[in-house]
Amino acid sequence: MSIEAPRQISMLDALREALELEMASDPNVIILGEDVAGGAGLGAPYEGSMGGTFGVTRGLFEKFGGRRVRDTPISEAGFVGAAIGAAVAGMRPVVDLMWSNFALLSFDQIANQAAKLRYMFGGQSGVPMVLRMAMGAGLSAGGQHSDTLYSLFTHIPGLKVVVPSNAYDAKGLLAQAIRDDDPVLFFEHMSLYPKKADVPEGRYAIDLGRARVVKQGSDVTIVAIAAMVERALAAADLLAAEGIDAEVVDPRTLSPLDERSILDSVAKTHRLIVVDESPPRCGIAGDIAGLVAQHIPSELRSGVRLLTCPHTPVPFSPTLEARYVPSVERVAATARELCGHG
Amino acid sequence: MPSDDRSGNLAPGELLGLYRTMLTIRRFEERVTREFRRGKIPGFVHSYAGSEAIAVGVCAHLDDADMITSTHRGHGHCIAKGCDLRAMFAEVAGRVDGLCRGRGGSMHVADFSKGMLGANAIVGGGIGIATGAALAAQCSGSRAVAVAFFGDGAANQGVLHESMNLASIWRLPIVYVCENNGWAESTPASYASSIVRLADRAAGYAMEGVTVDAASVVDVHRAAGAAIERARAGSGPTFLEVTTRRFEGHFVGDPAKYRNEDVAELRISDPIADARSLLLSSGLFTDGDLQALESAVDVSIDQAADWALESEWPDPESVERDVYAPTGVVQ
Repeated sequence: MSIEAPRQISMLDALREALELEMASDPNVIILGEDVAGGAGLGAPYEGSMGGTFGVTRGLFEKFGGRRVRDTPISEAGFVGAAIGAAVAGMRPVVDLMWSNFALLSFDQIANQAAKLRYMFGGQSGVPMVLRMAMGAGLSAGGQHSDTLYSLFTHIPGLKVVVPSNAYDAKGLLAQAIRDDDPVLFFEHMSLYPKKADVPEGRYAIDLGRARVVKQGSDVTIVAIAAMVERALAAADLLAAEGIDAEVVDPRTLSPLDERSILDSVAKTHRLIVVDESPPRCGIAGDIAGLVAQHIPSELRSGVRLLTCPHTPVPFSPTLEARYVPSVERVAATARELCGHG
Repeated sequence: MPSDDRSGNLAPGELLGLYRTMLTIRRFEERVTREFRRGKIPGFVHSYAGSEAIAVGVCAHLDDADMITSTHRGHGHCIAKGCDLRAMFAEVAGRVDGLCRGRGGSMHVADFSKGMLGANAIVGGGIGIATGAALAAQCSGSRAVAVAFFGDGAANQGVLHESMNLASIWRLPIVYVCENNGWAESTPASYASSIVRLADRAAGYAMEGVTVDAASVVDVHRAAGAAIERARAGSGPTFLEVTTRRFEGHFVGDPAKYRNEDVAELRISDPIADARSLLLSSGLFTDGDLQALESAVDVSIDQAADWALESEWPDPESVERDVYAPTGVVQ
């Protein structure tokens, strides 16, 4: 591992770097998905020209060829199933599902096959496969192109769920997801694709199951997921000016979940807010609250607050969508109330 | 062996081997049924009796590097692919010495060391996996082929159609073997499928579609051989439909009141009886030879079952084992 002088690149470019570096170091890593090459089979100059709907895989077809960067028809059950089979037969497929909603077309493959194969077969084989998918409200993409389905998959034993909040983490977590021997669902928030951060050029990996305390604080713990991390940080800035010292914790992966880091933070601040851009029922926000209630109830000085979306599909119109996602102001107001500054 | 059309190009020793494996499957299913009725086997089991020629005729062309996926009615595929009888029986009985340490049971028997990538309790569940195994073989440049076994019920699952399309556009080394026994639980294929000959669906994917009948292991062996040779040569996938008969109900204990057919009549088309008569008519084997082989099969099944039922139950404390890889990471 070599870490050079930092440079700023977008999360989108960071993800591409992780794919390229892992593919270069392991010939068994292959990429499957709709438009991952783009124009495959048409010959130059069309072949490889799309590089995925968002451009994450751009240039990889040219570098690694059509055997390793394979466009698929629009048939999610078929190609996710094929990725599982390829994984048990020695490959490390990285599947681009485009939008997380499309994962639902392959739900049987993910939940009944990939998740259970190791367990049902007594540990004979794992499924070293990564399913990458974009998610999140904010683009007026509407009800079927915006869902954040990470809680749904976190519920299923046998899967791992990764939710990066920045370019640096995205690169290291994707590298680790590819090297992992279990199926990993990798959620990429669309609003984060263009956001830049310091990212080393070399190959590095971040362990799954390690949260990061993004900002230290002593008055209230704000656990925030994916794009909510930057909102939590913005709220923490507002609060600091008012004398409230918020700690922001980014779990980075929801399965496995770094319970220890969350509990340690709450034990220090005695207050908890979870900011989660997904519906409230059976969601990760409630799950984290339950964890604290179960393990350290006496540490809580006031109630827990869960800032989630309303229990509705993601709306289309910008005014509705803006109301749907927890805002910086809502996070700040909730912290004030919890800390008795309301 | 005389140039009898019915024996195809099978050498006598080969046909004897197929007969033995088919009989092993039949006896295994009979013993499983008996133990299930005695309450010695948890859950539920689905008998492969009547369809032995399919698994045996296909898997005779495969070695351990070749990969198959199977179904809820999968004991025959396991035995034909070479799974150890004792460990298989122990798995069906939920014991710790089972192939999957008792985690899978009858509908989830797997033995990756034999290229048996698992029985699957989701109808059509193994089809995508087998397609991916073929993709891996193609990517890595190995000579391995994959076979997906499934029933007429799975022929109506979307994943089959998606997978056949993938296999066709990528020319994957795979054979889709559709065991058409006429019934999806209680629903007849004549009702549930838009066509009678399911192999006709292959044409929609520019794929070779072949139909043979499971009453003759020789026929299945010949058709499967051609399909597997095509796959190995890089000439792409085949859809092989094998019409067959479900001698039992959907599961052991199914009263099958919906059946409008005479089961005794179905049993006339028995691939095991057919192979036996073929062996005798070859003049190379006496009835005594075959009886000796049959006794040996009986002994092997009895030994496997007795051993399995003596095996320990899994330690309840191991319930959380094998959800994830031991380390979770490869450095």
